[in-house]
Amino acid sequence: MVETTRGPTLEPGLRGLVTDLASDQRAFKNVPWSKAMMWLFLLSDIFIFACFLVGYMQVRITTTVAWPNASDVFALELGGRHVPLLLIAIMTFILISSSGTMALAVKFGYEQRRLATGGLLILTALLGASFVGMQAFEWTKLIGEGVRPWSNPWGAEQFGAAFFLITGFHGTHVSIGVLFLIIMAVKVMRGSLAAGHPGFLTRRRGRYEMVETLGLYWHFVDLVWVFIFAFFYLW
Amino acid sequence: MGEREYDASSHAPPAEVEEMELVHPRTFLGKYIWSQDAKVIAVQYALTATAIGLVALVLSLLMRLQLGFPNSLALIDPGSYLQYVTMHGMIMVVYLLTAIFLGGFGNYLIPLMCGARDMAFPYLNMLSYWVYLASVLILVAGFFVGGGSSGAGWTLYPPQSITPGTPGADAGIILMLVSLAVFIIGFTMGGLNYVVTVLQGRARGMTLMRLPLTVWGIFMATVMALLAFPALLVAVLMMLLDRLLGTSFFMPEMLSMGEGGEHRGGSPLLFQHLFWFFGHPEVYIVALPAFGIVSDLIAVHARKNIFGYRMMVWAIIIIGALSFVVWAHHMYVSGMSPYFGFLFATTTLVIAVPTAIKVYNWVLTLWRGNIHLTLPMLFAIGFLFTFVNGGLSGLFLGNVTVDVPLSDTYFVVGHFHMVMAVAPVLVIFGAIYHWYPKVTGRLLDTTLGKIHFWMTFLGTYAIYYPMHFMGLQGVPRRYYAYGETAFVSDSVQSLNAFITIAAFVVALAQLLFLYNLAWSYFRGREAGPNPWRATTLEWQTPHTPPRHGNFGEELPVVYRWPYDYSVPGVKADFIPQNVPPEAVEREAPVGRGGGS
Repeated sequence: MVETTRGPTLEPGLRGLVTDLASDQRAFKNVPWSKAMMWLFLLSDIFIFACFLVGYMQVRITTTVAWPNASDVFALELGGRHVPLLLIAIMTFILISSSGTMALAVKFGYEQRRLATGGLLILTALLGASFVGMQAFEWTKLIGEGVRPWSNPWGAEQFGAAFFLITGFHGTHVSIGVLFLIIMAVKVMRGSLAAGHPGFLTRRRGRYEMVETLGLYWHFVDLVWVFIFAFFYLW
Repeated sequence: MGEREYDASSHAPPAEVEEMELVHPRTFLGKYIWSQDAKVIAVQYALTATAIGLVALVLSLLMRLQLGFPNSLALIDPGSYLQYVTMHGMIMVVYLLTAIFLGGFGNYLIPLMCGARDMAFPYLNMLSYWVYLASVLILVAGFFVGGGSSGAGWTLYPPQSITPGTPGADAGIILMLVSLAVFIIGFTMGGLNYVVTVLQGRARGMTLMRLPLTVWGIFMATVMALLAFPALLVAVLMMLLDRLLGTSFFMPEMLSMGEGGEHRGGSPLLFQHLFWFFGHPEVYIVALPAFGIVSDLIAVHARKNIFGYRMMVWAIIIIGALSFVVWAHHMYVSGMSPYFGFLFATTTLVIAVPTAIKVYNWVLTLWRGNIHLTLPMLFAIGFLFTFVNGGLSGLFLGNVTVDVPLSDTYFVVGHFHMVMAVAPVLVIFGAIYHWYPKVTGRLLDTTLGKIHFWMTFLGTYAIYYPMHFMGLQGVPRRYYAYGETAFVSDSVQSLNAFITIAAFVVALAQLLFLYNLAWSYFRGREAGPNPWRATTLEWQTPHTPPRHGNFGEELPVVYRWPYDYSVPGVKADFIPQNVPPEAVEREAPVGRGGGS
């Protein structure tokens, strides 16, 4: 990275902010291109999830039939007892924990510790994969109980439609993330990032910043889950 | 800052952005087909968009034929007429205008005007084009499947669009929705590139406030597209599920042949909100690049700095932001709360303020300018007239009470064709006449161009002006035939015949334009590196057309804003952006004392 020169003083307030953003060559100093791109992509992705959730809220409000009760639907029978939200609590815990291991992987990545970074990336991928696995279990259970995108035994049929669409879309995000975590772990372990080997398709040189960029995506997927969790399981 | 920025700094700031490693292709395929060079991708985008745009043009002629001379062509039946309406609208708005402004001009001009080697992510950029091509092919496939393409109108409102009986409700609508989803994926790949390149990959000395307005317009439009297309993607996915799996996001319970359908409890209004949350920004996604390009065309060909550069930039940003809070003015007759209508009428009218700032600034740039009536200038002036005319009818439609009787009449058709079809297309033509010499090294033929301009400009007025009067009479749009009604006078039919003839004349002019493009590529006059004596960086490249990497060995260093035309006390009437202050030849300080 080339050192930046920035004016020693900026005007206070909005004017200073605008001058700073509009400054020479780069609007965001010391932000690599890939990171800027990921933030931008996430901004766009936020709008996708926001539209999904707003759409879900709207069909839930306007539908003519009662909405199924979340604490009944998302419950497990454990030793004869009815435990609401157990599975989903575990899933949420796992996904949030995976954000922690990801953050550590980024830290060790910048410290150029190959084994620690690679190991944590694999651990993150495992946590992510187990999340997807439990989601598959939950889908199977609900499908077994007769929930379909077009109908369900308890009430408004939009329940199944919104549930499968939104959790499916999120699960796809997690699965893609797991795939890239594995690819990145292999790259880290092989030393491609430290040596700056060009990528297979894009021919861009590897750098440890890529771990952070992937981390941004992963944290975003976790954050979105918190909203889906709140709107689907707690409402 | 502002007008005096050109002598603000004489030193070149140190390089912050690292040199890019470009993948130089060796084979023909790598250079022209699987190219990662933004300039080649731009031409690919532009040619594909033009090709599919010609299909849409033919569809519009078929519609006009039916309206002007009813039942003269046996292949046009009511169902296929609706299919033409749908495909014409969707192709023109999304696959032609969005693609050519952002994918075409964006790809070509952003790296060159910012002083970059290429887009930030060339591989992603290449993918973007191929995904776009796939979406176009999927869309075109709709013409050939059983039942034909969708006939639900370009807005695809449910329940109409997926209810059996609507043309194309079997397969056409599925292909349309899939194609839109694929387009959005492809566009996102490109859009990320354009924004990151503008934000993070500019040349030394190129601050954001020294960017040409073309780049500002395309940049803001891309940001808006990245935030607006998600709504369309969600709407498309939900409708696909409604159609394929029988879910009921948008579909209410309906009786068909005395029996209940499979859907119940969905919300058709939800689709309209999602669609217009995309659809209204989409208008400005098309308009903002046009605003930016026309600013540059006017400044270059009037040899004057653009009036109020900073205000022009802020107007672009404010229009972009406001366009996200006006969407429901498309839904005044959909059944919304009147308070909602009031809110959206207000925001809609507020957007006229930054737009008016831009129009005044264009006019003030022309004021006492050294106007050269070159082809780009003719089209730029044509744009000004058309845009103001179309904008004025927008004032009627923006007000709820006035809109209600005018809604779904030819007044609406006349309005949006003036403001969003003809006006941006005039800019596209102007921009092609302006930048064709840089892309090919040859100038387009002026005589052919002038014929093209006058036929197009006058012809479109002949087409769309009468539509306003038809709309005031209450002639509904999207109708295949009118039959006997109490309110449509007989003269409407002769007006329709007149419009159809005008439409064919305008279409003929486009053939002339295509001929000009092809002929000039081989036989046109050699242009040289800077035929318009323009200041922006794309005209300062060492080679014309620019090679891969754009600027040869050394990237340019920028010392001034892009509008140094007719600077007082300077010998040349323009100073390119990369000329350092000490290299500017000044006139001897005799005669006119002071100046301004």
